[in-house]
Amino acid sequence: MFNEIGPVDGVGIEERVAKYTTRSIKKNAKLFGLKLATSMVDLTTLEGKDTPGKVASLCQKALSPHDDPSIPTVAAVCVYPSMVRHARRALGSATPVRIASVATAFPSGQAPLRTRLAEVRAAVGDGADEIDMVINRGAFLAGEFQLVQDEIVAVRETCGPATLKVILEVSELETYDNIRAASFLAMRVLRPNDFIKTSTGKTSLNATLGNNQVMIEAIRDFYLNTGTAIAMKPAGGIRTAKQALQFLVAVKETLGDDWLTNTRYRFGASSLLNDLLRQIEKERTGAYQAPYYFSEAAESY
Amino acid sequence: MTRLPITKTPKVYVGGAFIRSESARTFALPDAAGNFFANIPQCTRKDLRNAVEAAAKAGPGWAKRTAYNRGQIIYRLGEMLEARKADMADALAVGGATKAAAAREITATIDRLIYYAGWADKYEQVLGSVNPVAAPYFNFTVTEPMGIIGLLAPEAAPLLALISLIAPAITSGNTVVALASTTQPYPAIVLGEMLATSDLPGGVVNLLTGYRKELVPTFATHTHLRGLGGVASAAERQTLKLGAADSVKRVKLLKAEEPFDWFAEKAQGLYEVRDHLEFKTTWHPIGA
Repeated sequence: MFNEIGPVDGVGIEERVAKYTTRSIKKNAKLFGLKLATSMVDLTTLEGKDTPGKVASLCQKALSPHDDPSIPTVAAVCVYPSMVRHARRALGSATPVRIASVATAFPSGQAPLRTRLAEVRAAVGDGADEIDMVINRGAFLAGEFQLVQDEIVAVRETCGPATLKVILEVSELETYDNIRAASFLAMRVLRPNDFIKTSTGKTSLNATLGNNQVMIEAIRDFYLNTGTAIAMKPAGGIRTAKQALQFLVAVKETLGDDWLTNTRYRFGASSLLNDLLRQIEKERTGAYQAPYYFSEAAESY
Repeated sequence: MTRLPITKTPKVYVGGAFIRSESARTFALPDAAGNFFANIPQCTRKDLRNAVEAAAKAGPGWAKRTAYNRGQIIYRLGEMLEARKADMADALAVGGATKAAAAREITATIDRLIYYAGWADKYEQVLGSVNPVAAPYFNFTVTEPMGIIGLLAPEAAPLLALISLIAPAITSGNTVVALASTTQPYPAIVLGEMLATSDLPGGVVNLLTGYRKELVPTFATHTHLRGLGGVASAAERQTLKLGAADSVKRVKLLKAEEPFDWFAEKAQGLYEVRDHLEFKTTWHPIGA
């Protein structure tokens, strides 16, 4: 498979992404980018200490991030399966905010397949619109690609109408070549507008511009070959509005405007939203804002 | 063999690191004779923003240290200055200070640091209080640092005035972003090098150099600054007060048009510490 999809030029990727941080985005373009990024946030809480109350307030924040009505709602909330029904109760059924749930023994994925599938079934049954699954990294590194792919297919079938996001957990895949291979492995069995996602946010290294670039280039190559558009979600470690804008630059310059929408690109983040709001408010008032004017977010990632 | 002179690139001390302005701009600083001396960073509002972020990071840790420890560290800053008097005298000479004037200013600066180091574990006893109330409550008032303080140093006494503004603010656990004298910024650059070796955690004191008219409006409006102090002209005071009213911060400014003797006894005191404190009064129920 590696021969077929080709290797990744690591140095080239690093050079390319270093340039993304040099773009000067000011005023209207910046405001557009900040609002777009806000609409792409998967507002996330994935902690052992999550409670129904915390999820309810997270949903409230997702629906109205700020007083300013021109600021869009976020794309989705992302919670553990046990919290899906609480999120559904808080959001109601007619809501622009989708409910994403991590499932399949997140974050390790180390549970029997039938347990993982049961978890997916339960989350969808409770009202999840999107399922974030983890791939079997152990099997991938052992070279059992078919097993990894078969499990993705099994989860996809179990999802039903729910959108599937496949977490590659890039920090455990070791190399860019592996990330590209895992991306293709997943994309070949995904439906249009299903996602591939960088990480769980539970390991030391999360979404970087480099990882993101390898994955969106894989999406581009796959799209050009097959015509199937796969969506992308970097997650973990994106905390500032500045970073978010750099990721959007990468998307625009690699995939084009068609991916600058929250059906094709998302940010998995918790504290990012507050910084986006802070910068939007700075653009509106002209005054630098103190972070404590914006509600504290869950600090899990 | 002739040797090329190794000249120092002046950099400002922000967040415990020596940085150039993010704008990469500098302005030429002439020495007392009017010859080119060095290029000084021309800091922008973004540098100010970054300095405030650094101060915000350092703030909680600094405020949480014991008053005794803060006193020790400010005392050590005095020690650092004492040991490097000659460097500082050279820095002051750039601005035209005579040997005697430089020595006098440095001595006064060290004494000022030692003075506030002494106050660190004492101001609370003097400013805090137990208040009589006509109900079964134990009512007491304690002080808390405001947070991040923006300071504008005057043109004169480039070292002494700067320290006279910074020291009382950090004594009580505030962090500081200070704009150095525009005409004599070099002593502040050298002071940064002493701060870096004084056990003061990075980010507690952040020094900027640059033009006041570029930075004063941002000092005024930045909502994360909780207090403003220093010396300002009439126009600057208006800008600062308008901005401070919008972002609800305390302002305590000296008038640039009125002469102020930084060497005087009244240039230091407990009230200078109090200027950057908030008071918290607690009603604590007591049993019968």
